[in-house]
Amino acid sequence: METKSIMIVGVGGQGSLLASKILGHLLLSQGYDVKVSEVHGMSQRGGSVVTYVRYGDKVYSPVIDEGQADYIVSFEMLEAARWLPYLKKDGQIVTNIQQIDPMPVIIGAKEYPKDLADKIKNAGAKIDAIDCLSLAKQAGSAKAVNIVLLGRLSHYFDLPEEAWMASLEANVPAKFLEMNKKAFELGKQSV
Amino acid sequence: MGNEKQLMLGNKAIARGLYEAGVCFISSYPGTPSTEVTEEAAKYDEIYCEWAPNEKVAMEAAFGASLAGRRSFCAQKHVGLNVAADPLYTMSYTGVNAGMVVLVADDPGMHSSQNEQDSRYHAIASKVPMLEPSDSEEALDYTKLAFDISEKYDTPVLIKMCTRVAHSQSAVSVSDRVVPVKAYEKDIAKYVMMPGNAKKRHPFVEERTAKLREYAETAPINKVFEGGKEIGIITSSTSFQYVKEVFGDSVSVLKLGMVNPLPVKLIKDFAAKVDKLYVVEELDPIIENHVKSLGIEVQGKDLLPICDEFSQNLIAKAFGKEVSTGYKVEDEIPGRPPVMCAGCPHRGLFFTLKQNKCTVLGDIGCYTLGAVPPLSTIEMTLCMGASISALHGFNKVGGAEAEKKTVAVIGDSTFMHSGMTGLANIAYNQTNSTVIILDNSITGMTGHQQNPTTGYNIKGDPAGKIDLEALVKAMGIERVRVVDPYNLEECDRVIKEELAVEAPSVIISRRPCALLKYVKHNGPLKCDREKCVGCKSCMRIGCPAISMKDGKVEIDETLCVGCGVCTQLCKFGALCGE
Repeated sequence: METKSIMIVGVGGQGSLLASKILGHLLLSQGYDVKVSEVHGMSQRGGSVVTYVRYGDKVYSPVIDEGQADYIVSFEMLEAARWLPYLKKDGQIVTNIQQIDPMPVIIGAKEYPKDLADKIKNAGAKIDAIDCLSLAKQAGSAKAVNIVLLGRLSHYFDLPEEAWMASLEANVPAKFLEMNKKAFELGKQSV
Repeated sequence: MGNEKQLMLGNKAIARGLYEAGVCFISSYPGTPSTEVTEEAAKYDEIYCEWAPNEKVAMEAAFGASLAGRRSFCAQKHVGLNVAADPLYTMSYTGVNAGMVVLVADDPGMHSSQNEQDSRYHAIASKVPMLEPSDSEEALDYTKLAFDISEKYDTPVLIKMCTRVAHSQSAVSVSDRVVPVKAYEKDIAKYVMMPGNAKKRHPFVEERTAKLREYAETAPINKVFEGGKEIGIITSSTSFQYVKEVFGDSVSVLKLGMVNPLPVKLIKDFAAKVDKLYVVEELDPIIENHVKSLGIEVQGKDLLPICDEFSQNLIAKAFGKEVSTGYKVEDEIPGRPPVMCAGCPHRGLFFTLKQNKCTVLGDIGCYTLGAVPPLSTIEMTLCMGASISALHGFNKVGGAEAEKKTVAVIGDSTFMHSGMTGLANIAYNQTNSTVIILDNSITGMTGHQQNPTTGYNIKGDPAGKIDLEALVKAMGIERVRVVDPYNLEECDRVIKEELAVEAPSVIISRRPCALLKYVKHNGPLKCDREKCVGCKSCMRIGCPAISMKDGKVEIDETLCVGCGVCTQLCKFGALCGE
């Protein structure tokens, strides 16, 4: 199988590392070769963060380049727009509609662009935009945005539900498992 | 653990390799992208692990452990190896007793570093062999191999990582731990490097390099991947992965797992088999220059950049291949630079320095973010500890005028690393300098490592604790003040007083990192929209939790921890707790 690429983008502190860990575990369990690339250190402090997940028969590069992502999973609208050039032709964006002002916007040096979901659609990209924060809160924690997104992403994969659940179980603390399972289901059911 | 493959971070795979190689002693100083190696190794009860005050101390401690007969290890980032270069260059002469391996993690692209230096130069200059894995499986295997080379050739061995190998997960298989042990034997001629002895060891080092070069000719980690004969590419590390991604089997590849010393015959034979030869290596043209020195025609840095990290598209474009492009929106996308977290104790202190129009010489840590808007307060950052040493020079030349408005800011961990010697210089050679130690009770930037001032060790157990006030006083600084950076009035008063006084002084700005689990927060503040007049006074501190909505301030309740710094700036009492 040709190598497939998933980019996870968001704001430092939103939980993208856990999402990539769950995906990596899931894909390895399905018999794929997998590489996951993360960024640690300074950019984690509220900066734009990106994680790459790649899988296939044999994966070489751990990173994803422009025009190569089959999926972009985005925790925030501005980040979805920022990384849009990385989406492959006919690739799919799954994004949270939340907006988090970056510092240049907070201090009034720049403006947060309006109607980004529409603009991304008009640019020709396939976008699936949902309110993950509300669903996460409904599941019991605002921090479960990452799991809601994975639930939504699972729509696009032909993988058994049990495999997703097994990866959740292996990667989240037992006391939060039920909440996370609920977040996954809410993400999955959302249309 | 079974033989099933598991996904492992490159740094974790190194730690697994250390476990399997029977390493008994690890001493490191944290630094991105090397930190997780030591953190992961500390999870094995069989390995003694510690955070040392700096890389030089760490490496010398590891050397002592090797001398005593146990396999030992230390890890650091590229700039950390500069600090530890002193012991490294002479350990090359003494060699080792039990195997000793030194990991250095480069950061091409400078994801979290102040420069982009190429650590291979240290291997060449110190005449120490260097292995360079390209994924997690190799990280584990090369670690074990490095110890065998260390003991067989009587040398420390360097392992070079880069951000993409250190912080990528790929599949590895694990095996069991075997612990080789050696006895300590007194050997003055080998281990006491005074001129007479060192003179005899230098020829040994040269002979060893010749033997290692011989080893490099046939070492299995220097591997030819047969492919098309038109193009041959010599490469290593993560560049190998990009080359394979772009070319697959359409070109021949010589992948070098050992980047010092470099083979001669192997390269000549490979070059003879292909029509056109290239070197693909990140940063400096080290392999390329070696190939050229053999009189072989080769292309490298005339096609590929010296700056920044590589990727598959970058290599594809350099070789004239088409790359695909994605989609784009027309709007300008505002950048999202990293910022001090909401509730960060550094914020109030930096705001005070800004208000006092201080010249601030900075250091390495989260607080380097005091240089970005809107605070834009730090005016110099060089390397670990330089804030204090440079302040002394700045004030010596600038005189009383400089002394009354210039400060150094340095974190607790960085102060222990190499700030103390700078302060000793201030106490000894006397400038009326004001040094501010930003004591957030942890090593923050690298992800919360303990240090000699926190009272806990790498495993989180109680440990020795250095009292900063007592230490500073013992060094001859009589004026030591402690402030709470959440209290703007107190910070302002004390900073004014200490800048005015004609004596060296230290201000300790003390408040634990807001992200520490044990720190209890007050809960988010709210903005009373009736009282808020939209003056944006509170926004001068650059808190990510504060933004404007419809002309009034809005507090992000998921971010705000209720530190209350903003409330001290609001003249209208609009910002308050529940």
